[in-house]
Amino acid sequence: MKEYTANEELKLREAPTETYVSNILRRLRRNRMGMLGLAMVFVVLVAVIFAGPLSFGKSPYAMLSPADLKPGQTTPEFMTPNRDHILGTDELGRDAWSRLLYGGRVSLLIGVVASLTSIFLGTFVGLVSGFYGGWFDNLIMRFTDTMMSIPTLPLMVVLAAVLKGGVLNLILILVVFGWMGDARLVRGVTLSLREQEYIEAARAVGASPWRIMFRHLLPNTAAPIIVSFSMSISSLIIYEASLSYLGLGIPQPTPSWGNMLYNAQNYIFSAPQLVWFPGLAIFFTSLGFNFFGDGLRDALDPKLKL
Amino acid sequence: MDNREILVDIKNLRTFFYTEDGVVPAVDGIDLTIHRGEVVGLVGESGCGKSVTALSIMRLIANPPGKIVGGEIFFHGEDLLKKSDDQMRLIRGDKISMIFQEPMTSLNPVYTIGDQISEAITLHQKIDSAEAKKRTIDMLHLVGIPEPERRFSQYPHEMSGGMRQRVMIAMALSCNPELLISDEATTALDVTIQAQILDLMRGLQKKLGMAVLIITHNLAVVAEMAETINIAYAGKIVESATAKEIFKSPRHDQRAIASHRGHGPVPLSHAQRLPF
Repeated sequence: MKEYTANEELKLREAPTETYVSNILRRLRRNRMGMLGLAMVFVVLVAVIFAGPLSFGKSPYAMLSPADLKPGQTTPEFMTPNRDHILGTDELGRDAWSRLLYGGRVSLLIGVVASLTSIFLGTFVGLVSGFYGGWFDNLIMRFTDTMMSIPTLPLMVVLAAVLKGGVLNLILILVVFGWMGDARLVRGVTLSLREQEYIEAARAVGASPWRIMFRHLLPNTAAPIIVSFSMSISSLIIYEASLSYLGLGIPQPTPSWGNMLYNAQNYIFSAPQLVWFPGLAIFFTSLGFNFFGDGLRDALDPKLKL
Repeated sequence: MDNREILVDIKNLRTFFYTEDGVVPAVDGIDLTIHRGEVVGLVGESGCGKSVTALSIMRLIANPPGKIVGGEIFFHGEDLLKKSDDQMRLIRGDKISMIFQEPMTSLNPVYTIGDQISEAITLHQKIDSAEAKKRTIDMLHLVGIPEPERRFSQYPHEMSGGMRQRVMIAMALSCNPELLISDEATTALDVTIQAQILDLMRGLQKKLGMAVLIITHNLAVVAEMAETINIAYAGKIVESATAKEIFKSPRHDQRAIASHRGHGPVPLSHAQRLPF
């Protein structure tokens, strides 16, 4: 053991103790895959936030007219990647790169908002259900089970057809069928936490049930909630793509990665670049969120020494 | 024998637990009287209903599976069992507070200890946060925590078990309760810390003059602290007398059993000699 001088010891004692958050950040920084995921997510976020400047002023809606063609270009449609259009143009002569960026905005918005809303709803249901327990919990959980056993995709297809597409309706559908997993997760954590002595102590100082739930229980369930949030973004982006792929997601002309894929499927052999890039974007983004979520889980788990 | 005003009067309290294997009468007709400013001990083996009695007074019995099926708990002449949940919430932590057995887990890990004591204060008193903070630091000082200003913003994991139990005591006393229930408050601590905490509790009891109900399975602890000792067995009080009487002329086997259960802490001040 190292001997400390009186001065050094004093310094040690005065050294600020590590806070919870800084400890987690340090653990996260050590996780290579987590950091890689974070970098990937960051790249995607920058790309969609700065979609305007990054698309060099090309609108995702503007169709190239034959009059604008430069010498050597034959048609405004299905252009292969070139100097003016880095990813070429689609079947209507729109800039594919611009559509990819703006489409990412829509896909990511749906992923984040739907995921956030499901988490809120699921957390609320899980917290109340787990806290009160008994017949109430039974009722809520059986309802959750029921919702979970519904074959989601066919029903989503029906709902999407009835409600028509559109960002808001799509988010609504995704939330209605997406909160159950979070509710179960939070309920499970709440069930074990509410037996903790500090919850009993909070009761003993006269805290009300709502205060106990939202002030004392909720912060302690934060770790699994955060992880679930980052993981569910990627699955919701894929869900959006699947619905759009079935032609039920975001209606044209608004671009989203899903409906870009859907449009491109007819030209998969003649213009494969139109399929490749939205597909890769979905792949890249969901991989990034999954890596990041995994890293976050490891960092938030106090049982793992990193 | 005691002409002080009666603070708590428990009459024929019965608290049952309904389990799949049948009904467990954890408390089956307990009578207990606590006078204002009196220190009362409730002793007995594990499972005799001590803690359930305490939780019944606080109305903190988890229902289901537990239920108070009968009896009365008069506090200032009013039956606590007839109060609504909201009324009870105003009493808990204000007029009656409780210290638990496990100091290591009785504090919420995500809040600083200052936050938690302030919460207990602001739940019952209409004061602003600056004043609550001042009050909290006073309380930390009172329970003998050094550098209370610095400790105020520390998290529970930064403190030892003895320190945390001091924090719990500070929290329990922050609203100046008339009755403090200590449910095995020193059991989880090692003997030297146990002695310190008992010393602290006795000092504070004298200073603040509240009544204390000490629940323990350790006779040495009550012998040190309590004026009156009640011995519980299988959900009933089998013996109730002053501390001196009980140790001079034991009348129930239960106590003979309990007295064999290891030695208690060595009190800092000199303990009275016990006949075993």
